[in-house]
Amino acid sequence: MKTNNLFRLSFWKSVSAIVIIVGLYSIISRFALGLGWTTNLSDLVPWGLWIGFDFIGVGLAAAGFTIAATAHIFNAHKYHSIVRPAILTAYIGYIIVILLLIIDLGKPRNFWHPLVMWNPHSVMFEITWCVICYSTILTLEFAPIILEKFNLKAPIELLRKISITVIICGVLFSTLHQSSFGSLYLIAPTKVYPLWYSSYLPVHFFISCIAAGLSMIIFEAYLCARAFRQGLKVWVLSGLGKVILTVLSIELIFKFSDLLLSGKFSYLFLPIQETYFFWLEIIIGSIIPIAILSIPGYINDRKWLYFSSIFTISGFVLNRMNVSITSLVRTSGQNYTPSFYEISITLLLVVLGMWAFRLITKNFKVFETSFGQNSEAVETADLKQRELIFGK
Amino acid sequence: MRQQMGLLFDVTLCVGCGSCYEACKKQNRLPETNKDFLKDHLSNDTYTVVEQYKDNFARKMCMHCGEPTCVSVCPVGAFEKTELGPVLYDADKCIGCRYCMQACPYSIPRYEWSSTSPSVRKCNLCYERLKEGKINACAEACPTGATQAGEMNKLIDEAKRRLKEKPDKYYPEIYGLKEAGGGNVLVISPVPFDQLGYNTNVPKQPMPGFTMQAMEKIPSVVSVGGIFLTGMYWLTKRKNEIAREERINMRGEKNENE
Repeated sequence: MKTNNLFRLSFWKSVSAIVIIVGLYSIISRFALGLGWTTNLSDLVPWGLWIGFDFIGVGLAAAGFTIAATAHIFNAHKYHSIVRPAILTAYIGYIIVILLLIIDLGKPRNFWHPLVMWNPHSVMFEITWCVICYSTILTLEFAPIILEKFNLKAPIELLRKISITVIICGVLFSTLHQSSFGSLYLIAPTKVYPLWYSSYLPVHFFISCIAAGLSMIIFEAYLCARAFRQGLKVWVLSGLGKVILTVLSIELIFKFSDLLLSGKFSYLFLPIQETYFFWLEIIIGSIIPIAILSIPGYINDRKWLYFSSIFTISGFVLNRMNVSITSLVRTSGQNYTPSFYEISITLLLVVLGMWAFRLITKNFKVFETSFGQNSEAVETADLKQRELIFGK
Repeated sequence: MRQQMGLLFDVTLCVGCGSCYEACKKQNRLPETNKDFLKDHLSNDTYTVVEQYKDNFARKMCMHCGEPTCVSVCPVGAFEKTELGPVLYDADKCIGCRYCMQACPYSIPRYEWSSTSPSVRKCNLCYERLKEGKINACAEACPTGATQAGEMNKLIDEAKRRLKEKPDKYYPEIYGLKEAGGGNVLVISPVPFDQLGYNTNVPKQPMPGFTMQAMEKIPSVVSVGGIFLTGMYWLTKRKNEIAREERINMRGEKNENE
């Protein structure tokens, strides 16, 4: 058993090492040779994998604001235990996205220009400011986790005093940020394929990120429980499952009413690539997880919650890739497949994010429960505490 | 304010000689990109092209919209619609997000992909020449008058006059007059424009409006959202306090009864 674990760990370590080395080589190449040499982007396909990945990174960070709001603004104490994993996920997600944005910019040394050169009409301007403001807020929300490790009480107390204001601002900036990714495409009604273009695109982006962000927490909790016996109680996870089920159903109904009301029914059954990708997204990201979570009992089962979260996240990834790549292929008249450099740089950031999450959850108090030898005692103590708060 | 300047391109007069193409290259000091100009396409070193469609020739270039998409989408305001008409780009401001390329309804902006500090490139409607009172290099070079430069109101009148006088010779529309709300480059042709590779799907209204319908909701989202969240915080906090007090009271009563 132990050797098996050791082997598994060193396997993932070597895979990560390879990804990191290859990724760093690609980053150096990208800056030394330029975007033309290292990416498959072109005049007619100016945005590719990286933009799609930015949407995904920010979308999967959505638990950061939804959970903070649920626990601290709506005062649902049940969810206190997942505020920290949610904020850590969001923080890592945003840092990855910022790094990737800078790599993606044609003139990265001008990245600070939006701070002083303003064009409030631009969605991209709104996005830039949302990234800046929400990253600052995440830093403030995340700081106590680091500070308490070093027992710095004064700054923690200060942060605690402003915490509600900070959280409210965080929710507002996140809402704007998530939806503004959808707004980016509003300006191109004739370029984006009708199955994805909608004047409600910002709303679709906002709703879908909530389910994906919460699924991310279930996903991480399961992996962490397996890796180092830290995790979350099942009644918290099934609470998340219920919210995910509701949000996925709302988005599915909303998406199809939007399509039907805007007269796009015929597009649903055209035998072309876009249609297949659309249905793949709907089946993987909506229908399967809704089905799993609707079966009685499955919502209280860690394993099924975990499976449904994988489907929700995959469907979400597919949706963002469809909007940013698939939907534009036809009008650009050019096929785009990401280059080796684009893929390896993206993988590098994913791997760095995973290791950052692992290291921080291991060394700082992120997950509240640790299932040690006395895990039963902890669970009982926890149950008592729960009764104390919520009554029997 | 001076009248805005623009170009009128009449497909019926174009003989496909490529003088405009050459003049543009010379004016903007652009290197040769193709031995046969008819086979060339827009690129960071080619701001205008002449394309052949059977017996007709069509010019492609920046349309210099009245309410340009690129101006509205650029996060740092690197694009500017000048009073004279040309839509200009400032490489010193640009951060390289390429939203202008993604958003342009005509897909005109081109990028210096092979550079390590790439800029966006496109026709500038010979802004420097217009400022000096000269006409555009392409119009000056055109031997047949197919490309004509002038003040916008005069060009529009001229285009309308030609369509009216020879209705059998022209397709009865002016391309660029209503597309994306109208711009400073107009095209008239004997055949429908989609047969000459012009994008006829471009909405007949200024493009920035498509984004504004979402952007204008931001203030209300922020204010309503802020008030709602603050309100919910106080409400739920108070609710929890009351619940806790009740529980303590109940426990107290229990103890008294015992």
